[in-house]
Amino acid sequence: MKHCMKAILLATAVGWASGPLLAAGAHPTTGEALADDQIFTYVTGDEHTSVDPQIVEDTTGAAIVRDLFEGLYNQDADGNLVPGVALSHTTNADKTVYTFTLRDNAKWSDGKTVTAGDFEYAWKRLADPETASPYQWFMEVMNIKNAGGVMSGDMPVSELGVKALNDTTLEVTLAGSMSYFPLTTTHGSTFPSPQWVIEAHGTDWIKPENIVSNGAYVLTKHVPNETLERERNPMYWNDAETIMEKVVIKIVNDENVALTRYLAGEFDKTGVPTGQFLKMQKQYPAEVYSNPKLCTYYYSLNMGENGPEALKDKRVRQALSYAIDRDIIVENILQAGQFPAYTFTPGATAGFSVPEVAAATMSQAERDAKAAELLSAAGYDKGNPLAIEILYNTSEGHKKIAIAISQMWKQKLGVEATMQNQEWKTFLSTKGEGNYEVGRAGWCGDYNEASTFLDLVNSKSGYNDSKFSNAEVDQLLADSKTSDNAQPNYTRIEEIIADEVPLISIYHYTSATFLKSSIKGWPHENVEGNWYSRNLYKVAE
Amino acid sequence: MLNLIVRRVAIAIPTLLIILVISFLLMHAAPGGPFTSEKPLPPQVLANIEAKYGLDQPIYKQMINYTVGILTEFDFGPSFKYKDRTVNEIIAQGFPVTMTYGVWSFIVAVFFGIPLGLIAALRQNTKTDYFAVSFSITASVLPNFVMAPLLILVFTLWLGLLPGGGWNDGSWQNLVLPVIALSTSYTAELTRLTRASLLEVLRSNYIRTARAKGLPERTVILRHALKPAMLPVITYLGPMFVGLITGSFIIDSIFSTGGMGYFFVNSALNRDYSVMLGITLLAGGLVVLFNLIVDLAYGWLDPQIRY
Repeated sequence: MKHCMKAILLATAVGWASGPLLAAGAHPTTGEALADDQIFTYVTGDEHTSVDPQIVEDTTGAAIVRDLFEGLYNQDADGNLVPGVALSHTTNADKTVYTFTLRDNAKWSDGKTVTAGDFEYAWKRLADPETASPYQWFMEVMNIKNAGGVMSGDMPVSELGVKALNDTTLEVTLAGSMSYFPLTTTHGSTFPSPQWVIEAHGTDWIKPENIVSNGAYVLTKHVPNETLERERNPMYWNDAETIMEKVVIKIVNDENVALTRYLAGEFDKTGVPTGQFLKMQKQYPAEVYSNPKLCTYYYSLNMGENGPEALKDKRVRQALSYAIDRDIIVENILQAGQFPAYTFTPGATAGFSVPEVAAATMSQAERDAKAAELLSAAGYDKGNPLAIEILYNTSEGHKKIAIAISQMWKQKLGVEATMQNQEWKTFLSTKGEGNYEVGRAGWCGDYNEASTFLDLVNSKSGYNDSKFSNAEVDQLLADSKTSDNAQPNYTRIEEIIADEVPLISIYHYTSATFLKSSIKGWPHENVEGNWYSRNLYKVAE
Repeated sequence: MLNLIVRRVAIAIPTLLIILVISFLLMHAAPGGPFTSEKPLPPQVLANIEAKYGLDQPIYKQMINYTVGILTEFDFGPSFKYKDRTVNEIIAQGFPVTMTYGVWSFIVAVFFGIPLGLIAALRQNTKTDYFAVSFSITASVLPNFVMAPLLILVFTLWLGLLPGGGWNDGSWQNLVLPVIALSTSYTAELTRLTRASLLEVLRSNYIRTARAKGLPERTVILRHALKPAMLPVITYLGPMFVGLITGSFIIDSIFSTGGMGYFFVNSALNRDYSVMLGITLLAGGLVVLFNLIVDLAYGWLDPQIRY
């Protein structure tokens, strides 16, 4: 029976391959024997939204875009910048103008040279209101000059602070000094796009039959909600180093079914179903991984006008935070190596050292005692219990955490917590309108720098669901953009968050995955999960 | 008969329009929108996107534009979620998939369910009957979201015989498991319905008369019992066929077939207005069509019905 399955798989594999398969060889640097079929098949739970670099908004799509296109810089396995289309950059003294030098041998898949003009076109396309990109705001995150005016349509697109001086020189002018600007250029929305193809085919330009791309792979097949295939791009400037011939996505909506099919040998990579990490790690120690991820799970406390009176009292917010035993949530509920969170920014963030906030140094017993003390000082006790509602989006996982937290609050503080779940979009709309008390939330960094988290508590941020407003925080955030060493500012902001508690950080995510031991080159240490298929290879077993 | 067809088609148009208006209003009444996300878009970005998709206009205008687009160009608009695809493309890709596994499931259910029901009724209270009844009870209480993963476990993981999902352009290996999972409960329902219906007919006065006339049992069954016994079954087959070919969310999501059922349910969750409306109208149109076919079949089966 096993042979039969292998025969089917082999037949399918041969059927898929449009070119000759790579003959068995050895890896050029490690010397490992390579498998004959360099095909990497992985599972995603849902269809990507687009493969257009300026339109895509989900992580599945972003991974495809990183393979199909290449931006100024790439990330290495640890998340550090390495040259992509850009070889290097220089900046002026106050870090408001960045000048990138591009390689002259980068090619589009149709043979045209990748020029600075392709970047200028793409960035203007991203900011153009007519493109209506959901990631349009990234131009503002990048602090590009006139981004706001162009986005609102008040300024012509030509005013955007990006200019190709010649084919290999791209000059970017920022609205203000920003020391970590180059980090943002690994984001898919900043990748170049081919103007001539987009103008010829309109929105159909990203269909496999039309697309022209400059990355290590080209899109060869897409069957919506079933499969997507990309194959190596012989025009890519560094194609000689690519080993993986072909990358296949299989969309499987059910994570348990995906696991069964992975175990049957259909895929090389899939996720570990929720709650099964420990068991799976014991059973398949060589294939199960848990890697830190730049994401934080937290409860936002509504301090806005629709929020409850009680949450306007700092002592109540502090008490609610102290009383949550993060260790129990991480070790007994989640069980996949997640990290208890006492700061909003994950410790895995580049250049960020976790400040010693008070809660992190105490034992849970001390925290509980402190919580009880704070809450009774605020005037609540068992006779006059605090009543609060936890809002979360319908999911077994969120429910378990909400139950645990409401019980911790009840037992330690006598808080009468009720739970309300809502379907995803209803939940988002309720929370967005500020009609909640305590709301579940999750936040993942857009780039690997603490400001992608801390900007959330900026009083002007559209993501500030707590409606927290603190002049010092706003000032510290503004200053940190221009500073060479922003860590002291970040430390201070985290201390303010720990003291003011506009949100309760609960844990920092990990991603738990199954990866076949024959697949090598996976960047487990890249906390943004930015992987590039051209670094992967399959060894012979 | 032609009169009936013309009349039904004439009624179908306002019916579909009413479906359109109600779905449109319900959809817009649901909280959140297609572009609500965990990272809320800045107001300016949201405004640009809504302008692009015409969502900044008043609802009645959106509805008129949408209806005009369908009537003049048969254009159901772009998907709001899958930004590189139109609704027409999603339906053109997903409908043939659900149609294929739906038609096969229909054939399997009809060819196993009806004969099993007939045999059970004719041999009431024998071992065959007990088998048919226990099959139909077991199969109808076993939901397909339990059965589908079980089939994958057995046929893919343990036996390694069949792929656990995917469509692969509709190759037979990829069809087997979805068709089994989808058709089983329908087979059970048809068995139960056919058996009950034939038993009832066999007890009726005209069958007693036929037997009293001394007709051979064969003739009694084939000429007098079978056709009337099929009436309730036919009534069931119409909606069943539409249900099968418009897809099953469970089959699509467990077997990753890329079919329309998954898009239908997900479009509602994603507030992907245009996809949801497009599939609703398609399903509505098919219901109207197959109800008409069922009504025409009545005329053939039951001499008392005249059009």
